[in-house]
Amino acid sequence: MLSDEEIKNWPEAGTATTAPVIRADHLDLTFQTNDGPVHALKDVSLDIAKGSFVSFIGPSGCGKTTFLRCIAALEHPTGGSLTVNGMTPDEARRARAYGYVFQAAGLYPWRTIGRNIALPLEIMGYSRAEQAERVARVLELVELSGFEKKFPWQLSGGMQQRASIARALAFDADILLMDEPFGALDEIVRDRLNEELLKLWDKTEKTIGFVTHSIPEAVYLSTHIVVMSPRPGRITDVIESPLPKERPLDIRDTPEFIEIAHRVREGLRAGYEE
Amino acid sequence: MTLVIFAVLLWAVGFGVNVVLANGPARDTGAVRLAVPLIFGLTILGMWELIVRGMQVSTVILPPPSLIAASFAENLGTLWGDFVQTILKGALSGYIFGCGAAFVTALLVDRSDYLRRGLLPLGNFMAALPIVGTAPILVMWFGFGWQSKAAVVVLMVYFPMLVNTVAGLSETTSMQRDLMRTYAATWGQTLWTLRLPAALPFVFNGLKICSTLALIGAIVAEFFGSPTLGLGFRISTSIGQLDLGMVWSAILVSALSGTVFYGLVALAERRTTFWHASHRGGR
Amino acid sequence: MAEASDPKAGATAGTGWPRWLRLPPVLGMVLALLAIWYVAVVPMNVKEVLTAAERAGVEVSPPSAVDRRDMGNWALVLRNPHALGDSWSSDRPKLPAPHQVLVELYDSTIDEELNGRRGIVRSGTLSNRSLVYHALVTLNATFLGFLIGALLGVGLAVGIVHSRVMDMSVMPWAIVSQTIPIVALAPMIIVVLYSIGVQGLIPKAVISAYLSFFPVVVGMVKGLRSPDAMQMDLMRTYSAPTASVLTKLRLPSSIPYLFASLKIAIAASLVGAIVGELPVQKGGLGARMLAGSYYGQTAQIWAALLVAAALAALLVYAIAALERRTLRRMGMMP
Repeated sequence: MLSDEEIKNWPEAGTATTAPVIRADHLDLTFQTNDGPVHALKDVSLDIAKGSFVSFIGPSGCGKTTFLRCIAALEHPTGGSLTVNGMTPDEARRARAYGYVFQAAGLYPWRTIGRNIALPLEIMGYSRAEQAERVARVLELVELSGFEKKFPWQLSGGMQQRASIARALAFDADILLMDEPFGALDEIVRDRLNEELLKLWDKTEKTIGFVTHSIPEAVYLSTHIVVMSPRPGRITDVIESPLPKERPLDIRDTPEFIEIAHRVREGLRAGYEE
Repeated sequence: MTLVIFAVLLWAVGFGVNVVLANGPARDTGAVRLAVPLIFGLTILGMWELIVRGMQVSTVILPPPSLIAASFAENLGTLWGDFVQTILKGALSGYIFGCGAAFVTALLVDRSDYLRRGLLPLGNFMAALPIVGTAPILVMWFGFGWQSKAAVVVLMVYFPMLVNTVAGLSETTSMQRDLMRTYAATWGQTLWTLRLPAALPFVFNGLKICSTLALIGAIVAEFFGSPTLGLGFRISTSIGQLDLGMVWSAILVSALSGTVFYGLVALAERRTTFWHASHRGGR
Repeated sequence: MAEASDPKAGATAGTGWPRWLRLPPVLGMVLALLAIWYVAVVPMNVKEVLTAAERAGVEVSPPSAVDRRDMGNWALVLRNPHALGDSWSSDRPKLPAPHQVLVELYDSTIDEELNGRRGIVRSGTLSNRSLVYHALVTLNATFLGFLIGALLGVGLAVGIVHSRVMDMSVMPWAIVSQTIPIVALAPMIIVVLYSIGVQGLIPKAVISAYLSFFPVVVGMVKGLRSPDAMQMDLMRTYSAPTASVLTKLRLPSSIPYLFASLKIAIAASLVGAIVGELPVQKGGLGARMLAGSYYGQTAQIWAALLVAAALAALLVYAIAALERRTLRRMGMMP
């Protein structure tokens, strides 16, 4: 068992009052490749509390995506333990505990937007009426009402990504895992979607894990910013944001915001120089 | 000789009209797109008629189109019988059975990595072989009736269809597969909602290739023995009797059937894979 | 994204496997097919085998050949397991066993040439009874037809790409022609050419050329049009003449398409040559197959078929090898 000292130093993302939704304990993941083993994750320990918005930031190869995929049971850690809602990630996956948003929208071109969003609902066996009701609700949530009958390739990239978020929200999982969802979009669209994502998080009170490359994006969105560094992939810093929950876009010009962004940048640089 | 000069004139006129149409202001309209090849085809037919008549080419070598048309109209009944025997009984039944069997095999093979890695190179190899060559053997086994033709067709379409379907079923991206994993979808659900739709363009590609192969198989197999009807039989016996009008009529029937057959498959493809990049917008 | 998960995906997807590891599944499949073949030989030949056994004095059930004729093959196999020893060595099998085909193949190639009266060793020319001779006859027609068809096809494709009129007039017909069974024309071409005094190699080559022509046209048109708008605009900024655009941009970018259609064309060309040999029995693999089917020599058909298959594989492989070399030299392939 852990000593008190260790528990005190346990990196925490989220308020300590509630039990963590996701708990990683000395997580290790080594890939065996043709060029020898690659330490994708080394000794990663982290708690994510319910309702928090946690960003993972770091350079390529720092393991941020890999960590998210471990939570989603798309990768299997080679050491340490990981629980999601108190279950193993694979059990959580089977219990449909999370929605996952990928880098690309990945909508099926042969389905309309509405049917794409209904896809997880069909698989999970919701009734037709329930499907229609939920699709309408999440479409409204991502402001895509009226596009239900369109095909994905008839929509812009930003709208497609909104639809893919709606797809992840449709079955009302408590956790939303997002892997650089706005990485391929231009800055203006990205800002808008960031703003909408915050509103959505506020309305739905989900726990969100968010992988990003962008410092302003991480600072703007998160309650907690997890800074990671590569070779081996590990956590170097967890920054708790003092920003209020209500965040207009121009909060990015305030000294507090710049201060946090500076801390993140320092953390990233420290990870490089090691 | 005057007829030959007429032929040259006809060519000049037809080609001139096409030049004007193809470079004119209306060149991208559907009507012109349809008219130009039609005018070209009609010009060729007209020249064929005029030159054959003008140079008094023996009908045993090349009959004029008018004679072919007359022969076609005269023998509609016979040709219909040949059509039913070769296309509907031989080609179509073999096509349905062969493509169906290949599709089912592809689904089975797809579940086992070993089978896929073993059968795919073999299927690619077989698809390139002159399988028509098995016709004499199959005629020997299944007799002169349409069954032996269907058997040849089955063998001919099986491997191209198998290869295309297997390739199509592995046409999903890792992201799409991961998505299905996050939903904890079963194998059947993944197959039905993701892999089959994603495979459709490949499946239809296979179906289109096989539609032509099926006719080739059914007709060539008849060269190795058939009852006294069928397009291949008609072609080979009419040549023996130097009835070239009939030969051309039978060829016309097979050409038309081939085009209609292919057209129907292509139409079904457009209906079901409208979402694929190759069909969106444009042509 | 080049996250650490990628190397693993590469390792499990099987793309990184060494070549020798890929063979066993194929080998397994081939062995399985051979096994099925050997098993299938038994029911396929059971009637002939039982008749022969009866003549040799073995008791078979039912004893009447007429009764046996109306029975299923498997039922006969089950009722006469003791009389099936000759299944794999019967004289005129409906389905010869693989080793019988191999023996026939050996007899009609190496043995015929080395030891036959008309073989190359004794007479100095290839025996007209050997498959080597017949394969060469077919191969000649295939090559000639393929060359004519491919050259004409490339030529027409260049014309189509450069002339709007040709594009709009000819291209739809070229596409339609792919949907029709052109082999149906083969007997007519042979007979008509024969009646005006052309025979031998040329008529077969004409059919082969005809069959290989259209795939090349369609493939090459696609290839010549494959340069994208930016590449074409670059040529325009140099105000390059049409001929330079063709030789410096269009032709090089069409090479992958060319080879893809050449592979189809050569296989079609071989089929054309074989079918072209059916009406006039003057040598070639097609003639051998038809002769085999007339005289019930199944092993002969199978041997000719094997040679045809080997030829097809060899031809396609040769083009693929040429493709790899060319593309590698052009830097389009690692």
